[in-house]
Amino acid sequence: MWTGFKRMMKGGFVGFWRNAFVSMAAIFVMTVALFVVGSTMMVDKLLGVSLENIQDKVDINVYFVTTAAEPEIFRIQSMLEALPEVEEVTYTSREMALEQFSNRYQEDETIMRGLAELGDNPLGASLSIRAEQTSQYEGIDAFLREQKAAEDPQEPLIDEINYLRNKEAIDRLTSIISAVEKFSLAAMAILVLASVLITFNTIRLAIYTTRDEISVMRLVGASNSFIRGPFLLQGVMYGVIAGVLAILLLYPIVLSVGPQTEQFFQFNLFGYFVSDFTKIFFTLVGAGVALGIVSSLLAVARYLRI
Amino acid sequence: MIYFDKVSKLYNEGNSTALEEVTFQVAPKEFVSIVGHSGAGKTTLLKMLIAEDRPTHGQVFFESLDIHQIPKTKLPKYRRKIGTVFQDFKLLAHKTAFENIAFAMEANGRSDEEVAENVPQALALVDLDDKAWNFPDELSGGEKQRVAIARAIVNQPDIIIADEPTGNLDPIATYEVVQILKKINDLGTTVIMTTHNKGVIDELGRRVITMDEGRIVRDDSEGKYVL
Repeated sequence: MWTGFKRMMKGGFVGFWRNAFVSMAAIFVMTVALFVVGSTMMVDKLLGVSLENIQDKVDINVYFVTTAAEPEIFRIQSMLEALPEVEEVTYTSREMALEQFSNRYQEDETIMRGLAELGDNPLGASLSIRAEQTSQYEGIDAFLREQKAAEDPQEPLIDEINYLRNKEAIDRLTSIISAVEKFSLAAMAILVLASVLITFNTIRLAIYTTRDEISVMRLVGASNSFIRGPFLLQGVMYGVIAGVLAILLLYPIVLSVGPQTEQFFQFNLFGYFVSDFTKIFFTLVGAGVALGIVSSLLAVARYLRI
Repeated sequence: MIYFDKVSKLYNEGNSTALEEVTFQVAPKEFVSIVGHSGAGKTTLLKMLIAEDRPTHGQVFFESLDIHQIPKTKLPKYRRKIGTVFQDFKLLAHKTAFENIAFAMEANGRSDEEVAENVPQALALVDLDDKAWNFPDELSGGEKQRVAIARAIVNQPDIIIADEPTGNLDPIATYEVVQILKKINDLGTTVIMTTHNKGVIDELGRRVITMDEGRIVRDDSEGKYVL
């Protein structure tokens, strides 16, 4: 048992070394394949983060009439917060709204003069509601409409709900988000599949060059497992080396685009690469090893048939 | 020891016949040469013996074992009883002479100590002690064939099968290879050899089976080359 294992190790290493050119070709192709897998992981993460960012920007605003009493508004706020689909409710008082408004139009004299002439604060308080998922806004909107309908017409509270106005935009965004997700998933699946097939083919070619040797091995009475062992080990070696190379290749790229992604997506890709390094390392090396083993097994099996 | 019982081999759905009702026996410690033109069926016959190919009709026995009833997983074990030598040597190009011979022992599950002891002995028998660490492409044709013979005998098989072992060799190398095969036979191993070489047959003076178009046409116990 131990002798067999030792011989497999030796056979694998010696075969790897003496077929250096073929080994290098296999490793090179596999590195490219794993690099594609790694880049896919990065792009996927980036896409996920940016989608989250966009989704975070979607909300419903409820504007209250200027005469609405604060306790009434707080009552509605706590009712909203009790809904399971609501993630966050932010209250903006009349004073805060005025301040934000004046800040925004500071430069515009006409507006500022108009505001001054009014003397009174024309703005109502508002609640900004954020849902867990974009598809849940419809339900929240319906809830708010019920509240509005139940009000005493003499003492209105809710002035306006901007959902209908935003509905079209939100719907479009939701469909864009799901389309991008589907498309990127399909594109990645095709890329990964292509890399796997190319790798598989390369290893098959590498073993093809040794098919005569395999037939000789059989003739001198080597069992199938004895023949397979060294090839399996070579597959594992290709996988490990290619996985490490792919990570080394990914490192400078992620390092250089890190600041840009920080600026554009508010997410530093390099930070992710560092913090999730163990996961990325084992995914790539593991994928390489699995790819190497499966390709070797399938390729050798062809020549072991009688 | 070996018994071919009405063995036929048809190719192309029966349109071409490689072997036709071949029946013969080989006794232990015999040295049998099989001669015939190209396409007479010599190589097909040997392939039957090492279970590389199956007969269409008939049976091949090794001792009391029907070779073509051996399950696939047991074939390697059966093949270890037979040493094979080919015209094109079939050495592993990425292994040295020593490693080529050692591989046959390792495949057999022999221990490292046995390998270290027996491989130099086999190399000495074929007079190649000084070329142990050369790769096949650093050896001459005759030397390659001697390495192949050393590999074939290192597991002390019951039979050596040699398919045109001198086909690619010059007269001197041919003479050396035949002498080595004779020596192995004298040490008690059965040898079955196919050849085209009249000189080899006449020099050996052993049993000769003559084949033509898939049939045995002569079987002489101290034969000459008569085609």
